Amino acid sequence: MNTNSNSYTIIYASVMVIIVAFVLAFISSSLKDRQDTNVRLDKMKQVLSSLNVSADELRDPEQAYQKYVQADQIIDMNGNVVSERGGFDIESKKIDNQLPLYVCNVNGETKYIAPLYGAGLWGPIWGYVSFNSDKKTVYGTYFSHEGETPGLGAEITTEKFQSQFAGKLLQENGKVKLSVVKNGKVQDSACEVDGISGGTITSKGVDAMLQNCLGKYANFFNK
Amino acid sequence: MEYLSLFVKSIFVDNMIFAYFLGMCSYLAVSKNVKTALGLGAAVTFVLLVTVPVNYLLENYVLKANALYETFQIEALENVDLSFLSFILFIAVIAGIVQIVEMAVEKFSPSLYASLGIFLPLIAVNCAIMGASLFMQQRHFEGIGEAVTYAFGSGIGWLIAIVALAAIREKLSYSNVPAPLRGLGITFITVGLMAMAFMCFSGLTI
Amino acid sequence: MELFSKKNKETFLTPLGLNNPVSVQVLGICSALAVTSKLEPALVMGLSVTIIVALANVVISLLRKTIPNRIRIIVQLVVVATLVTIVSQVLKAFAYDVSVQLSVYVGLIITNCILMGRLEAFAMQNGPWESFLDGVGSGLGYALILVIVGFFRELLGSGTLLNFRVIPECAYEYGYLNNGLMVLPPMALIIMACIIWYQRSKNPDLQEKNN
Repeated sequence: MNTNSNSYTIIYASVMVIIVAFVLAFISSSLKDRQDTNVRLDKMKQVLSSLNVSADELRDPEQAYQKYVQADQIIDMNGNVVSERGGFDIESKKIDNQLPLYVCNVNGETKYIAPLYGAGLWGPIWGYVSFNSDKKTVYGTYFSHEGETPGLGAEITTEKFQSQFAGKLLQENGKVKLSVVKNGKVQDSACEVDGISGGTITSKGVDAMLQNCLGKYANFFNK
Repeated sequence: MEYLSLFVKSIFVDNMIFAYFLGMCSYLAVSKNVKTALGLGAAVTFVLLVTVPVNYLLENYVLKANALYETFQIEALENVDLSFLSFILFIAVIAGIVQIVEMAVEKFSPSLYASLGIFLPLIAVNCAIMGASLFMQQRHFEGIGEAVTYAFGSGIGWLIAIVALAAIREKLSYSNVPAPLRGLGITFITVGLMAMAFMCFSGLTI
Repeated sequence: MELFSKKNKETFLTPLGLNNPVSVQVLGICSALAVTSKLEPALVMGLSVTIIVALANVVISLLRKTIPNRIRIIVQLVVVATLVTIVSQVLKAFAYDVSVQLSVYVGLIITNCILMGRLEAFAMQNGPWESFLDGVGSGLGYALILVIVGFFRELLGSGTLLNFRVIPECAYEYGYLNNGLMVLPPMALIIMACIIWYQRSKNPDLQEKNN
């Protein structure tokens, strides 16, 4: 058989394309459900991490989420609740004027969680911040990133950095007070958090993200 | 202004070579003299400039979840997500375009073809080209303008990197390098030092 | 045909040392450096590449007599891209955390020169079993370099290995500091250079004459 003739080449290419398309479509559709579940579970884990839920409980995110989160509300820019459900399905990077707000119950106390999304040094960074029912003090935080420098900017994902936020002043009269300052430059320890040494730009990114994302909740804070 | 910032950032901060090590293989192999380095750099820039926008259109109007529905407004296509095909389509576009560019250059500018000819097929498997398309997909650029700017900036960044290395290696051939480090070893160290110098651009904003 | 004849053993073992794909053949450097700031992604990347090179080698070796010469490269790229897509889909479904860490670098396996290099140089001429061995050998040779680089970068840069603290806390109290430069891209290149330096001073045959 002449493997160099034109017709052979064309037939070969077409058959190959059909086989490949079929195989890929089959694999992708059979794994789709699992992948979507993974994405959902991962998001639940991130939301719950900001509530300082222990690693043991996070092994089953679905159950822990049911236990702690009472509602994933959507609120508008005026701070009014638009819907009790659906906040979870809003992607953090697409938040416009429909703000997701998780209402949670930890040991009988009400906590709120708001999502964050911003830019670090190399790519996007995101996170969640939980605060007490007085809407003034931070309860816990969670940060993650796509490609910050390991050992420097990427330190925002560590317990050491995140635990600094608990108990700080979140906002006053709707103005976001919580901020991250350059490493070692903390002046007002009531609301300022020490940045990461060597990760200044990522720290600034976290700071800007707090200002921008939480700023939208101003009317809700004042309610 | 945003375009300028993206352009400068993709040349210096997100430099394909120094920050992501993309296109390293041909970078090390073809950096022995400035003239060929310039030729390969120009070819990479050109191919990037064509493939990234094409892949951008493909990604946003065909592959992304729901994109087919929004493009053609046919009910049956609602919620179709073809993103699992992105790798294979991106590489097909790149291979195809490289082939076309090669034929076009051969036909219209035989002298350019003679100097570039051998590098063109190599570009299809240059990680920098595929990398730019994948980063484009990951970073969700808004509008094709940003994609073009990013592609051009990355190409220029790659060009600068390879020409600079070639110039250093031309001078280096006169120095007495320890035998085990000759060739590849010393080149790696040189690139490492260059990358360190480029680190000082990180965080640069305009 | 013997499964582990002397020649087959050689096919399998030389890529691990004297004919290492990264440090001697200069293939696949891009991803070798980019994923090595920690040991764990380096291991996963090495493993994924090994699996993909081995499978792609077998597939191409089985098809080698039927592939039309003119579209050879495209056929190879399509086979590789398909395998990579499958691996990335499987990772997303069963090891989500890892797939997030590797992000775009999984896609870049397609253009990893090791793949094209081995397909073109070995699988197009040899039977499936030899090609499989060659693929696994090359993949492991690549993984070996990744693990060495990842080991030093994580140990010196973060003081941990596989995220476990290795350098004790008390060392920090006496003024020990992590070398922050280690986790940045430039040091990956310098460590690569050191590996090459070591290997070539042990094996003078590998030394180059010119700079």
